[in-house]
Amino acid sequence: MKEINELNFPDGLRYTDDHEWAKSDGDKVKIGITDYAQDQLGDIVFVELPELGETFAKGEEFGTVESVKAVSEIYMPVSGEVVSINEELADAPEQVNEDPYGRGWMIEIISDDSAEMDSLKSKADYLGMLRGL
Amino acid sequence: MKETVGTTGLILNEPLLWEKGKKGRIGFSLPRQDVPPASPDPSLMGEGPDFPDLSEVDVIRHYTRLSQWNFSVDSGMYPLGSCTMKYNPKTNENQANLRGFADAHPLLPPELSQGTLKMMSELEELLAEITGMDSVSLQPAAGAHGELTGMLVFYAYHKSKGSRRSKILIPDTAHGTNPASATLCGFKSVPVKSNDQGILSAETVAELMDEDTAGIMVTNPNTLGLFEENIKKIAEIVHGKDGLIYCDGANMNALMGIVNMGDIGVDVLHLNLHKTFSTPHGGGGPGAGPVCVKKHLEPFLPVPRVMEKNGKYILSEDFPQSVGKLHGFYGNFGVLIKAYSYILSMGADLKKVSQLAVLNANYIKEKLKGVLYLPYDRPCMHECVFSDKNQAAQKVTTLDMAKRLMDYGFHPPTIYFPLVVHGAIMVEPTETESKENLDLFIETFKTIAEEAKTNPDQLHEAPTSPKVRRLDETTAARHPCLMG
Amino acid sequence: MRYLPHTEDDIASMLKEVGAKSLEDIFSAIPEDCRRKNALSLPEPLTEWELNDHMGNLAHIMAVSPEYKVFMGAGSYEHYIPASVSYLLGRSEFSTAYTPYQPEISQGTLQAIYEYQTLACLLLGMEVANASMYDGASALAEALLMAIRISRRQKKVAVSSLIHPLYRRVVQTYFAPTDYEIVELPYLKNGRTDISNLANMNDLAAVAVQSPNFFGCVEDLKIIGEHAHKQKALFVTSFTEPLAYGLFKTPGSQGADIVCGEGQSLGIPRSFGGPGLGMFATKKQYMRNMPGRLIGQTKDKDGKRGFVLTLATREQHIRREKATSNICSNQGLCATTAAMYMASVGGTGMRELAKLNYDKAEYLKAELKKAGFKISFVSPTFNEFVVEFPGKSEAAYKRLLGKKIVAGLSLGTYYPELANHYLLCVTETRSKEDMDELVGELKIKN
Repeated sequence: MKEINELNFPDGLRYTDDHEWAKSDGDKVKIGITDYAQDQLGDIVFVELPELGETFAKGEEFGTVESVKAVSEIYMPVSGEVVSINEELADAPEQVNEDPYGRGWMIEIISDDSAEMDSLKSKADYLGMLRGL
Repeated sequence: MKETVGTTGLILNEPLLWEKGKKGRIGFSLPRQDVPPASPDPSLMGEGPDFPDLSEVDVIRHYTRLSQWNFSVDSGMYPLGSCTMKYNPKTNENQANLRGFADAHPLLPPELSQGTLKMMSELEELLAEITGMDSVSLQPAAGAHGELTGMLVFYAYHKSKGSRRSKILIPDTAHGTNPASATLCGFKSVPVKSNDQGILSAETVAELMDEDTAGIMVTNPNTLGLFEENIKKIAEIVHGKDGLIYCDGANMNALMGIVNMGDIGVDVLHLNLHKTFSTPHGGGGPGAGPVCVKKHLEPFLPVPRVMEKNGKYILSEDFPQSVGKLHGFYGNFGVLIKAYSYILSMGADLKKVSQLAVLNANYIKEKLKGVLYLPYDRPCMHECVFSDKNQAAQKVTTLDMAKRLMDYGFHPPTIYFPLVVHGAIMVEPTETESKENLDLFIETFKTIAEEAKTNPDQLHEAPTSPKVRRLDETTAARHPCLMG
Repeated sequence: MRYLPHTEDDIASMLKEVGAKSLEDIFSAIPEDCRRKNALSLPEPLTEWELNDHMGNLAHIMAVSPEYKVFMGAGSYEHYIPASVSYLLGRSEFSTAYTPYQPEISQGTLQAIYEYQTLACLLLGMEVANASMYDGASALAEALLMAIRISRRQKKVAVSSLIHPLYRRVVQTYFAPTDYEIVELPYLKNGRTDISNLANMNDLAAVAVQSPNFFGCVEDLKIIGEHAHKQKALFVTSFTEPLAYGLFKTPGSQGADIVCGEGQSLGIPRSFGGPGLGMFATKKQYMRNMPGRLIGQTKDKDGKRGFVLTLATREQHIRREKATSNICSNQGLCATTAAMYMASVGGTGMRELAKLNYDKAEYLKAELKKAGFKISFVSPTFNEFVVEFPGKSEAAYKRLLGKKIVAGLSLGTYYPELANHYLLCVTETRSKEDMDELVGELKIKN
């Protein structure tokens, strides 16, 4: 596993306590897991994602990420309806390890409440939390 | 010079079944066609399975070679914690293969199956005596199946009292099957933390136990190899709220003739005949997981039940409160015969079995502590749990040491379980290992601990002697190839 | 005792090492009030030779062939088992190994089960088979639970009344503490499942039938599957006699989504009903919802082919309360046996052997008809069928027992409307002479 300063946390994203990231683009929000999360999980072998049109509340489980010997739930950073999922992950779950903020994105939603984004952690807050772990 | 245990390797390669053979060969003596051929409706006919055609010699060589790639109890010490890999006596195999048992049809009228029914009835009595419980069902086919049966009994018991409880307490030292079995019966698992001594404290249980909780599933001795000393107090608390005590008896090998499970408050107990009672594991099964209960839960046991009437045995369905049937017939009968044979061969020496199992584990614990980190330094039962903490500085893990043991001709212990110990190494020697074997195992582990200091890379690369080296499990899971 | 290697000296020196005075003393962690008060009251240990006598006596009073002619199947079949299979199965490298959690030293078990998974898929016409379930009955229960999991919304399953009655009882047991519902599909006069009501059921997770069914009749799987799929339900097919697929179309080719059943016929002795082999197969798209262990092919560090347990995240030891099943120990050695058997009989042999079973059953059917008996159902059968013994059938059945002939299974216990109807089974082990004798005896009026 890497040290925290070896990990990458882009500016302009918001982060959750459960190590998801969210990036807003108009009323849409793209969601994935952080570099820290993928590093902790190790080689990701399967990502289970919801179906299009499903809606979830903030904090609700929307899928799971599996390594060879562990399963982790992934939770909604903000509430909304799923409008797009990263289908490439079905055949290439390793993209989450290789590029967690790019080709490793998981779902895109239409957010119900734009104010929810503001309740998420900034990069600085998230880093602070990781250092305290 | 004394011979040391190890592998020198005569490992023959062998392809997959369908990579050999030739159409037109056969390894089976087809019975005579003594009736005229009939003509089935062509619309029903398939093409027949696309199996390879092999001669008898092809088949024998294939499986003989495959067998030689396996480690087994008959090849060496298998100190796999929580699994009780004791020696599997050969006479038991002979008994199970007797034609009268092996060829018996399960639905024969009872008057034609007195031998099997008598054996089952006697085995139930023997198991009741050994565990100190009142009644036994032999039907569950494995430990987890026994747990499911036990949870169904919990469900039926509360239902008979007009209540539907939604939760069940499960300690953090439990087997993974426990929560999964409870879920099948609609119980939500409530985890119970063990204390700094590695056991349950009565106070923690008292805080969690309420009238919506069906009871608790304990493993005793627990998965740290420690006896749950507060079990009687815990039973009082749980019974006080009309809950029940389930005991996972996977670790019964420590307690035969030592503890009467019925006396310490256990209401339902499952046994693993393929652990405590010496029946072979078969590379994953078949096992048998009989369930033993106290008198007040007898009406809920699975049906049919073997009953004796005027010296004749029958199968009775006449138990209206029964949880029902768990198996198409009566369970893994062939496994039951082996356990029955074992018990008859041992008699009251079963107490000696537990004594020696516990002695062996404590001996290993004393001799290896220091070499390996021992998180709970207390008298253990039939198994002891170490960790890789002492090797952390060399970046050598439990996995590395486990794999290196293979090069020295031992099966590794159970690793990374129980979860409460980080990097756990769980050793269960069982009573059938001699002092010499234990000493060799201890010396080997000392050598490996030395290697961890002097040549950690050798451990990272281990094993190098077996047929294959470490396998790529990531690719296996990412791109599953489950048939050839 | 020959299984306990400790000498008195060993015990003394080991006790010293652990700092205990006696074998009682090492249990100091057990509080006094938890100790057993009385000694184990068990019979004197038997010597190996006494055990042989004792077990021999118990086995001797059982009714088995060749002394008895047993025309009974109903989920447990008499087939010849080649000596080579029994011999290989006795190799203790297979039987005394544990679950292959350490793949480097378990390649024998792993490759054998991987081959079993493959042969099972070929036999059933499916894409993924697991390493086994306990038996055909629990496999069906798990298949239905899996279908409910996949459907996510539906909680009802339709189950044919011609699925083995004992399997249906096991399903009921598994379903009892849940809010899942079982609807039973009645049967038709021709011995097949009546699916006419299916069209009215649009909240089903699964439709389950058995083929050949409990009456021995081959179901029209294709049509039933189409109806199930029309209702957006998964099509689950069960079986008790896998040899039938040596001759008939595979369930997979007829649209089955999950195939489950009992594999005892494949080289496993009946052994009073167990251990048998729960076979379980599905389509690739559902593999992550499957219960049970799976073995996959991969490579080692040096690029050599090898096998490992895989997709373990579905299982209880990882996913705990969210696992796809609680199963841990399965019937691994029975799966290995089945693979040895299928490899021995081979593709060509399976076809011929299945055909022989069919021919023999047809012969007995024809002879019974000639003798004036009525075959109860007209649908095609494999090696089992139902016949009516008119009048005081029970007396006739008992009389035949006296002659050491078991004339099938009386159906009245399971289907009260079918008193006097008997399920007869003929495999390759019943000779023409046996069958002629049965018919001859049946013709004698009581």
